[in-house]
Amino acid sequence: MKELQELAAKLLADGAVQVVLGYEEGPRGVRPAFITDPAQAGRLVFDARCVQNLATYLNPRRQHIVQLGKPAVVVKGCDARAIAGLVRERQIARESVVVIAVRCGGVLQRPEENAALSSETTAVRCAGCDAREPRLYDYILGELPPPPPVNASRDEQIAMLEKMTPAERKGFWDGELSRCILCHACREACPMCFCVQCTAERALPQWIDPSPTLHGNRAWQMMRVLHQAGRCVDCLECERACPEDIPLGLFARYIAGAVETRFGYKACDDPAAPAPLGVFSTEDGEEFIR
Amino acid sequence: MSYDEKQESGGAWSPKIVAFVCNWCTYTGADLAGTSRLKMDANVRVIRLTCSSRVSPLFIIKAFERGADGVIVSGCHTGDCHYSTGNYYARRRFAILRDLLQFMGVDDDRVTFSWVSASEGNKWQEVVNETTARVRALGALHAPLQEKGGETP
Repeated sequence: MKELQELAAKLLADGAVQVVLGYEEGPRGVRPAFITDPAQAGRLVFDARCVQNLATYLNPRRQHIVQLGKPAVVVKGCDARAIAGLVRERQIARESVVVIAVRCGGVLQRPEENAALSSETTAVRCAGCDAREPRLYDYILGELPPPPPVNASRDEQIAMLEKMTPAERKGFWDGELSRCILCHACREACPMCFCVQCTAERALPQWIDPSPTLHGNRAWQMMRVLHQAGRCVDCLECERACPEDIPLGLFARYIAGAVETRFGYKACDDPAAPAPLGVFSTEDGEEFIR
Repeated sequence: MSYDEKQESGGAWSPKIVAFVCNWCTYTGADLAGTSRLKMDANVRVIRLTCSSRVSPLFIIKAFERGADGVIVSGCHTGDCHYSTGNYYARRRFAILRDLLQFMGVDDDRVTFSWVSASEGNKWQEVVNETTARVRALGALHAPLQEKGGETP
């Protein structure tokens, strides 16, 4: 942590960056911090409660952060995938951001409870993590901690859903999505949602019913998930942001699995990787086409 | 009174199926089926588009949300696309959409993806009749929409 604070202070003092996006202690646990003064760098912390994906703040849609100047951002290996995604999709230039990566030993599913990492408290997205040792960075900090216990609850829930009949699955999702209030917090929190005008807000043609009816809610989530197919970095900011606790992480995991099974593509931290739905192979399976 | 209302006022439910077809192959194939006087179920509404890759997944989602019970998407056979590669991109998109629909509980049998060339009027007839039969067996997808008044778009 001392290492992180010293690096942040140095980058700010040298003028290499104008703002450091990191984590700080807040009144209700760890929260994002925007450090512009080198004297304030001592506020920065990093531990298992740092679940937020700060790459979300690099999204060029967030003009109030762009105005702060050149950023340095503290990321875990998994969050770096979002930076790679934004670079890949020409939203930011790689050299416009200083990436401070921290070697990660897993984070908590419910950081506010601040429990020890166990197979129940570890974040579901840490299961199967291949990015604890970051690969996309300008500075890398810390020693590699041991791998966290695996929380398989999300995969178990998907397996349970897949065993259901279509009618039962529809019942499950209708129950979950009927709570949606179409607040679009899932979109706002997402590092990969950067359209200036979202299709959900277009009036002509109106693709998505803007009032929170089951029909509109279902269409909205399906559109969001499809737009994220092959792009989602599985940071689950959408699920954390959801005020109705809809299990959006199930979509994220399911669609990532579908893309991987069909096209052998996984969201990665290589900015030069192709977009799986932007390319094709003549060998793609078409067993479902009559 | 529209055709649908007449059909429904008769008491028997009949599926609504929307077909998104490409101009160059399937639409021409469907035209051939018509001029050949092939007998087909009258449940399918054909929407002509330039290419199967013009079919955004949103078209299909919206069709379902606005009351369709089944959807057909059809274009040129791979390798025969009028724009060379359109249907290859479409194929990837449909594969993912189909997986998602399945995960959301929309039965696979409600969505038919097919390649029908301009000379395959017979195949179009089969696709239409088979899809209608399968959707008829499954019944309506959603409870009827609560209309807010006015014309349905």
